[in-house]
Amino acid sequence: MDFMVFQYPMISVQACLDGILLGILFALIAYGMALQWGVMNIINIAQGDLVILGGYIAYFMYLYGIHPAWGVIVSPIIMFFVGIAIYKLVINKVVDRDLFISILATFGISILFMQLMNFAFGADVVLANSDYGTTMLFNSNVVLPNSKIFSAFISILFAICLVIYMKKSKLGRAIRATAQNARAAKILGVDTEKVYAATFGINAALCGVAGALISITFTIHPYMGLPYTIRSFMIVIVAGLGNLPGVAMSGMGLGVFEEFADYILGTEFRIGSVFLLLVLILVYRRFKLSRKREYLK
Amino acid sequence: MFKMINKNSILYIGILIFGIAAPFLFPAFKVQLSILCVLIVLATTWNIQGGEMGYNSFGNILFYGLGMYLCASVQVGMFFPLAEWTESGGEKTFVHTPAQFFQGMAVGLIVAAVVPTIVAGLIGYSILGLRGHYFAICTLGLGVAAGEISGGIEIIGAGQGFTTPPFPDVGSLDSRGEFFYFLSFFVLVLTFIAVRGIYSTRFKLILNAIRDNEDKAEAMGIETMKYKIVGWMISAFFCGLAGGIMGGLVGYIDSTDVAFDGREMGVFMVLMAILGGKGTLWGPIIGATVFHIFKEGFWTFFLGWQYVALGVLIVVIVIYFPEGIMGWLREKYPERFGEVVDERDRKAQVELK
Repeated sequence: MDFMVFQYPMISVQACLDGILLGILFALIAYGMALQWGVMNIINIAQGDLVILGGYIAYFMYLYGIHPAWGVIVSPIIMFFVGIAIYKLVINKVVDRDLFISILATFGISILFMQLMNFAFGADVVLANSDYGTTMLFNSNVVLPNSKIFSAFISILFAICLVIYMKKSKLGRAIRATAQNARAAKILGVDTEKVYAATFGINAALCGVAGALISITFTIHPYMGLPYTIRSFMIVIVAGLGNLPGVAMSGMGLGVFEEFADYILGTEFRIGSVFLLLVLILVYRRFKLSRKREYLK
Repeated sequence: MFKMINKNSILYIGILIFGIAAPFLFPAFKVQLSILCVLIVLATTWNIQGGEMGYNSFGNILFYGLGMYLCASVQVGMFFPLAEWTESGGEKTFVHTPAQFFQGMAVGLIVAAVVPTIVAGLIGYSILGLRGHYFAICTLGLGVAAGEISGGIEIIGAGQGFTTPPFPDVGSLDSRGEFFYFLSFFVLVLTFIAVRGIYSTRFKLILNAIRDNEDKAEAMGIETMKYKIVGWMISAFFCGLAGGIMGGLVGYIDSTDVAFDGREMGVFMVLMAILGGKGTLWGPIIGATVFHIFKEGFWTFFLGWQYVALGVLIVVIVIYFPEGIMGWLREKYPERFGEVVDERDRKAQVELK
């Protein structure tokens, strides 16, 4: 336990800003999860592994001498096709089935990806160095790497583009219609199979962007996927499906929570505290809902 | 008296005799057979919620890991200072005499069974109120959180692991394998008797009612929450025992790779139960046996690729084989399962296709 964070207010400011910038990234991943959950009613445990895979694409560009920031454009394109391939091979067989089947099937995909990445890229913690330098704030008491600011900016840009695309384009409207009522959409001539594939692809592409940004700002490692899945799941259940401002807010909240947990409890409990928070949120939600049910009586 | 000797009891006696003779028939596979027993216990107890109650839990690993740590800690802590033991990394400064070892193991196993049961009872009310996928993800989080947190606690070895007491020198070299085999086989028999006993009572019917429609079951006047918690506590009891044995068998406890190994053991137990057939008595047993033989027999061929194979296996089983071996047999030979199939009805169904 370390309470330095309360004695020196500047550390709190640092943690808050770090957390908010981190949280914007989480929100982007969570938006992808909310999309596929809402449209296909699937909880994708492999979400975090898609993020890490996207990160490795950017890392490889960095290894071959291309600036990793270009990964933000290349990684989603590759990941879009990876997502469609996963959909065609596995997901389209579990879409209409029991939710637990989809959880278990994506769990299998997650293990598969984790191990393949372990073979292909090795078990080292890697980082694609962007050389963006740092920004000093408040009399250089608060240090923010420019890469974090860059990643938050790009995340917001992608989120805005996606929202506009969902509102305006034909495919976006088809996706929203399928989310509302898949059967009715089918009757009215929407090719739901195509919509599902596109949704999964878009989700994977979002993961690709987030992964590329994570490889620039933080570090990536083949086994780091599951925490990202859990974080995005948590953000979605707090915010609710199809509530983008809520997703952004709860993403930032989670980021700040994590930074403070890191300072107060120590880094070794960081992931543990995320998972524990998930359990607490679910339990809180259960008691809240059960109270509501009693009112209905 | 003659009625007692029916087909079933001959089968059970045969299996019992085989189980007792197994370590002498296959002396090289004693450790594997013990692990098989533990796996069967885990799959069978997972089936109590997953199969019969419809609550698909990834969190039984919590009780397994808890049992593992508790058994080893009690076994060491009864005679030696625990903190110094873990700090020395299990070096030969402290040696258990045979009497101390077995005493510690006995007390340790009791603690390893009782404490997870209590824990299940305490958290049951909050966790089992969740439904469907929320329950699945919540229990997954619970297992991983337990692993991450126990990896940060100094007294049980933190990140560097915990060496369980080595088996004392009691004469022959085979005694370690035999001891652990008979211990795990005993727990397996105990589990089987308990589960079989449960499955022939009203309790099982209530669990099935919860699985089929919980709200209706509640409306019929069943206190579903009570039965759900009791079901989970039964699982926790045997998971804790299995964990305690496994800790002694492996000889080394690591927080995320051995004890709270949600990625491996936590998924294995679900997979074994599904492979054999959820919601049947024999399904998890068959599933665990097939899975273990496959895993140990083919792992060497996939050297290094075993987890890739595991991922593919999960996807294939879940997508193409969700009913499991028992479900497939049931489809094929419905008469053997006591189902009466109307011949005309079956024909009519075929025509519809």
